[in-house]
Amino acid sequence: MGQVKSLADLRKIKEDLQGKMSLRENSNNPESLVQIRVAMATCGIASGAKQVMEFFIEEFDKRNIQAVVTQTGCMGYCFAEPTIEVTLPGQAPVVFGYVDTKKADDIIEKYVKNGELVDGIIPVNYETIEKK
Amino acid sequence: MMKDLAMHIMDIVQNSISAGATLIQVSINESAKDDTYLLTITDNGKGIPAEMIEKVTDPFVTSRTTRKVGLGLPLLKQHADSTGGSLKLESKEGSGTVVIATFGLTHFDRQPLGDIAGTMVLLAAANLKIRFVYEHTTPDGEYRFDTDEVNEMLEGMSISEASVMRFLKEMINENLKEIKISG
Ligand SMILES: Nc1ncnc2c1ncn2[C@@H]1O[C@H](COP(=O)(O)OP(=O)(O)O)[C@@H](O)[C@H]1O
Ligand code: FES
Ligand SMILES: [Mg+2]
Repeated sequence: MGQVKSLADLRKIKEDLQGKMSLRENSNNPESLVQIRVAMATCGIASGAKQVMEFFIEEFDKRNIQAVVTQTGCMGYCFAEPTIEVTLPGQAPVVFGYVDTKKADDIIEKYVKNGELVDGIIPVNYETIEKK
Repeated sequence: MMKDLAMHIMDIVQNSISAGATLIQVSINESAKDDTYLLTITDNGKGIPAEMIEKVTDPFVTSRTTRKVGLGLPLLKQHADSTGGSLKLESKEGSGTVVIATFGLTHFDRQPLGDIAGTMVLLAAANLKIRFVYEHTTPDGEYRFDTDEVNEMLEGMSISEASVMRFLKEMINENLKEIKISG
């Protein structure tokens, strides 16, 4: 203790995880996991996309939900950043806009857990400014 | 818009990711002697065509199609300039790009570094195929974080596991504290 952490200390974390992993069911099949992509373009970053992405990673871990959280570049929804795309297993992707951590919590509790829709869905065929 | 340097870094690195880079290196060098704070972001992506390079710090230049104006590089330039520093770009088509931003270390308008540990770990976790290197040098020493070394330790376990991310973030923060980085 009191020592500055180094990569050697990762071994312990890895062993703990290995124990947990063997208990997980779906880890070999990403198709069966919830997938979240956070838009990380300038507009998204400026409006808090990093906090939102960290929130999802932490909360899925705490609430024991198996999910893959990654990032994309610009999705073209400047006006509604931060935006995220959520894909539930076997379903079409849904894009949510104006996502802060409170909205993110709603998305986990209502949409991810129960498939209930929450406010802020952006129709995927919404005209981006390019098309206007 | 960008509240700290880590936000700028998150954004500039997105350009490298879009350019197909497989190696992205972020370096910060603090010099008390010269009163400079040097940020360098190097990638091995597709590069910027020569005719475009002088123009990319102009807010009206972007190669994206979803929005008409570019923003990331002009914002970084504006910030660097406001601290008595500058922004330079070096790029070669087909081999990569270097973005060099210089700030006045003690200048009042230099934004704080912010959550660089969280930013690097998040980038690594969200882009598992890209190797990220972060180096920070101060008069007190040097720290280097390299996702290749992390992956070697993890032996197949993913950086994107929440507990691994938490650990890496703490590790980077503790090491940066050791070399007394500036806020
Ligand atoms: N590292 C890089 N590699 C290749 N091209 C780049 C890189 N950085 C910037 N560019 C080019 O410069 C343009 C402007 O970048 P930026 O100011 O970040 O705005 P945006 O990313 O929104 O277009 C990009 O669209 C891209 O064409
Ligand atoms: S340019 Fe605004 S979200 Fe992409
Ligand atoms: Mg950009």
